[in-house]
Amino acid sequence: MSRDRLWNLQARLAPYLFVLPFVLLFVVFLLYPIWRSIVLSFYKSAGPRKEIYVGLGNYAFLLKDRLFWLAVANTAMFTLLSLLIQIPASLGLALILNNKRVKLRGVFRFAFFTTHVVGSVFLAVLFAMLLAPRAGLVNRALGLFVGHPVEVNWLGEPNLVMPALLLASLWVSVGFGMIYFLAALQAVEKELYEAAEVDGAGKWAQFRHVTLPGIKPVMIFIILIGTIGGFQLFELPYVLFQGGAGPKQRGLTIVMYLYQHGFESGNLGYAAAIGWVLLLLILAVAIVQVRTMRATQEA
Amino acid sequence: MMQDESEAGTGSVGPAEPVKFAMVHVALVAGAALALTPFLWLICATVKRGDDLFTYAFLPWGNLGRLTLANFQALFKQQPFAVWMLNSLFLAAAQTVLVVTLSSLGGFALAKYQFRGKKLVMLLMLGTMLLPGQVLLTGGYELMYKFGWINSYASILVPGAVSVFGMFLFRQAMQGVPDELLAAGRVDGCSELRLWWEVALPIVRPMIGAFTLMSFLASWNSFLWPQIMLQDEIKYNLTMGLANMIQLPEYREEYGVLMAGTLLSITPVVILFFVLQKDFIAGLASGAVKG
Repeated sequence: MSRDRLWNLQARLAPYLFVLPFVLLFVVFLLYPIWRSIVLSFYKSAGPRKEIYVGLGNYAFLLKDRLFWLAVANTAMFTLLSLLIQIPASLGLALILNNKRVKLRGVFRFAFFTTHVVGSVFLAVLFAMLLAPRAGLVNRALGLFVGHPVEVNWLGEPNLVMPALLLASLWVSVGFGMIYFLAALQAVEKELYEAAEVDGAGKWAQFRHVTLPGIKPVMIFIILIGTIGGFQLFELPYVLFQGGAGPKQRGLTIVMYLYQHGFESGNLGYAAAIGWVLLLLILAVAIVQVRTMRATQEA
Repeated sequence: MMQDESEAGTGSVGPAEPVKFAMVHVALVAGAALALTPFLWLICATVKRGDDLFTYAFLPWGNLGRLTLANFQALFKQQPFAVWMLNSLFLAAAQTVLVVTLSSLGGFALAKYQFRGKKLVMLLMLGTMLLPGQVLLTGGYELMYKFGWINSYASILVPGAVSVFGMFLFRQAMQGVPDELLAAGRVDGCSELRLWWEVALPIVRPMIGAFTLMSFLASWNSFLWPQIMLQDEIKYNLTMGLANMIQLPEYREEYGVLMAGTLLSITPVVILFFVLQKDFIAGLASGAVKG
């Protein structure tokens, strides 16, 4: 083969060779496990070798499994509450930091966003200590506030499980949302504000009719990411409650339930079914959210 | 761009409203305190004796002689913590190099070439983009079992070398590489691989910084998959090590030791974030605003 032909060959084959590693890994480590997870969900299993075909039995059992629905309720409640607090807080901070008259914007932005690098496991260990009844900082701060020492048992009281989870996760997610809103705010065209001001629109009207529509794609994005992430909650409660689900299982989440069945009891089939129901739940919620958001635009 | 003070948008604080101006700064300082105080408390907790944890909120002022490094000594003596740190470092570094290389190479092909099957690849990527990783756990576990990769780092590094998200990021960024530049390179006798390395990659440098940090963080903070795959304590990463320690009865009251472990676990990524934060924030934001 001549040099020229070899040269042409590398030029023609290059794109295939460039995507080949990705495609191979994608098929073996993504598509194949997805397919096997579907198949597995029709089996009852004890470890990876013993499997009995049960058809839709796993799904039928899931529908009646009260613990599973407790996990769904906990997870959905966590997702809803954390978005309801995160979005106004993130947007508020972003609106403040978007003003060029504010001092030290870079420093504040860094301060709010650094928490994002703390992974869920480290976050959980940190908050297990921050929320400790006597030595924890949270109770100390509360004590200063009410004027006498308090010993709230954050991690032992069923009704305090959700506030504890929200506190820890918001510490990370508010700064994260703020970065996105800030980028979106800076992309809103200034002429729109000027035009609105000429039309006599006040600050509130400008916010409603210029800012909110302008940042809408990012708002949808934050809600979707928050929903997907919220439904996948696992490490935070798992580590915070030392490998368990907390008092009265109030910290039990869908993924924790999947983990318990698949990898503590060894029933991969039931765990696979939980995984697919999780996917359906996320899809259903996401579709409703996107539809609602689209509809409000036209209204 | 966002740090450029002249680039700022409109806001609600006008020059004639000094009270509002002050209030906004008070709110910001309070918010920053909420964000940063846990870090500060964490650092203080690592250098306090056990009983001082209950007496002093932060440091034993006026009696700083009571500060101690005993928590760190106990951590390294009682647990293979140094090994866990090295494991985390190795896994995150190897994972990042692999995934950045393969994603940028694949993204380059998708952005700058026409080839058969391209549409199919894109379609498959889109179809799996929003799939929660947990649906892969069971099928993935079974596959690793068949490969004999349980308790081996191959089970973490090899499947982790693909990132659909990374492919999309690099495809998007590399669409901005001018075709004329590539054509000129070809005339000069550059192979296609050299075009990727010497022309395309330098142009998307900020994206490399952003994706490097995202990948490193994802690997450093990962827990569920390693927890399922790795069995020997000596192979644990930091998340597994700490998650295990907090379950042990001997650490129930030893906050200082756990906090020392937490501090050492987050310091490397905080430093990395500090170095790469501009790229990271720009990369994060550009994806969302454009998409």
